[in-house]
Amino acid sequence: MNDKKEALRLEILKDIEKNSRVDLGELAIRIGVEEVDVANEMAEMEKEKIICGYHTLIDWDRAGVEMVTALIEVRVTPQRDRGFDRIAERIYNYPEVYAVYLISGSYDLLVTLEGRTLKEVSRFVSEKLSPIDEVLSTATHFILKKYKDHGTIMVPRKESERMLVTP
Amino acid sequence: MRNPLSKKIVDIQPSGIRKFFDVANEMEDAISLGVGEPDFDTPWRIREEGIFSLEKGKTFYTSNAGLQDLRNEICRYLERKIGVSYDSKNETLVTVGGSEAIDIGLRCMLDPGDEVLIPQPSYVSYLPCTLMADGVPVVIPLQYKNEFKLTVEDLEKYTTTKTKVLVMPFPNNPTGSIMTGEDLAPVAEFVKEHDLYVISDEIYSELTYKGEHVSIASLPGMRERTIVINGFSKGFAMTGWRLGYCCGPENIIEQMTKLHQYAIMCAPTTSQYAAVEGLRNCEDEVQEMRRSYNERRRFLMSEFKRMGLECFEPYGAFYVFPSIKEFGMTSEEFATKLLQEEKVAIVPGTAFGECGEGFLRISYAYSIEDLKEALGRVERFIQRLRAEKQ
Repeated sequence: MNDKKEALRLEILKDIEKNSRVDLGELAIRIGVEEVDVANEMAEMEKEKIICGYHTLIDWDRAGVEMVTALIEVRVTPQRDRGFDRIAERIYNYPEVYAVYLISGSYDLLVTLEGRTLKEVSRFVSEKLSPIDEVLSTATHFILKKYKDHGTIMVPRKESERMLVTP
Repeated sequence: MRNPLSKKIVDIQPSGIRKFFDVANEMEDAISLGVGEPDFDTPWRIREEGIFSLEKGKTFYTSNAGLQDLRNEICRYLERKIGVSYDSKNETLVTVGGSEAIDIGLRCMLDPGDEVLIPQPSYVSYLPCTLMADGVPVVIPLQYKNEFKLTVEDLEKYTTTKTKVLVMPFPNNPTGSIMTGEDLAPVAEFVKEHDLYVISDEIYSELTYKGEHVSIASLPGMRERTIVINGFSKGFAMTGWRLGYCCGPENIIEQMTKLHQYAIMCAPTTSQYAAVEGLRNCEDEVQEMRRSYNERRRFLMSEFKRMGLECFEPYGAFYVFPSIKEFGMTSEEFATKLLQEEKVAIVPGTAFGECGEGFLRISYAYSIEDLKEALGRVERFIQRLRAEKQ
């Protein structure tokens, strides 16, 4: 890939990471290229799975929807030849599992889970997660408040205090 | 009772558009494209360092010239950015914003009657500071056709045997104009030929969008006749911290430090500690802000083109300087009417010198969303003006 293409991709990604709904024409103006170049590059990156989706960051609290998010630390025994991948797959295939990361340190997998109630989450842990043979132990942490998520500060911010005009 | 006031000070004209500024700043629910400071908060790691220094009780004066750590970092930074090396002990002074450096720099270099070349449109303080230093300000009106760059032809017209100092305000507030190495070379030759000194106000040096900023001090033979003024306000989004600096030949900096010592003592200690962190670890944050400004700049230029508003493409600072000559109004009339009718505050070009007549300074230190809202109103306004004219 030539430098120019790489630079364009980086510009696009930095922008849409924060706002995937940006108008492509406007984005092209801001980056200083043609709209068709942006569209082509995005299509290519979608195909290459560099762009994995266009999700929306939702404050479910404000939406008035009851929802609990849990972070579950999981210690497992890695399997011969397959390491952690097979176990991770068994976990991430559940639709209520939001994220699974392999982690360095005192435990192995970090599983993020979204459920409607505490009970729903604990049932998942006791009925689905713990019974997996390779799972040695779990520790479940419930999220009480999201201050910042996906790089976005979720708590209300102050108004700008700049004067209207200054030299 | 005797008049308590000095004639020299009273004779200095208050800014002609002070009234406009007061009206605009009082206006409820107006939106603005008129601000001369970044919309970004100071990067957190800088703020945090300031807080930490307070927690540790670092609340005393620093040495007059500034924390040695900070001066070291400033010199490393300038070496890296403009390729000029200064001695951090004897050629570097930390000031209260770039503004203080402009003031004491002129005071240190001028004897009564010495002439100072001030290219305009430019920042508002060069002229009154020259007067306070008993110098004679000589305004060089820059030309739209030259994209408000300073040329040797301009210099030739205004240089006399009394000319001592040339102020170089680039990247420029309010025009956004920059001077490239190529643009600077003939100016530097002229300066040497006429044995002038340069006060180079490079406060917007981090904010250039076409190649890297070039300092006139980096040109052959110019280091010994230039004071480079810079600071943290614009590039590091630290306006309220009031922190700037200047570097230059030891004999000038020594005298400036003397003045600074008597008038100021030292720049704010908290700000100095915070700034050390800025110079050491905030290159990414600074570049991210620059990237963001550049996007807004392109967006604004494209919008003006669409609206048919005449404007050269500026590559520096965070201003564009469109022409409003087609409407047959003065800049101040235009700005006042726009404020009244659409509640958008924009600074008339004349705030920065008479030759700013017929232009507006539009700041893009705003989010794209804010720019869109404001530009929508501006567009409605100029469409109305055009319709009225027909």
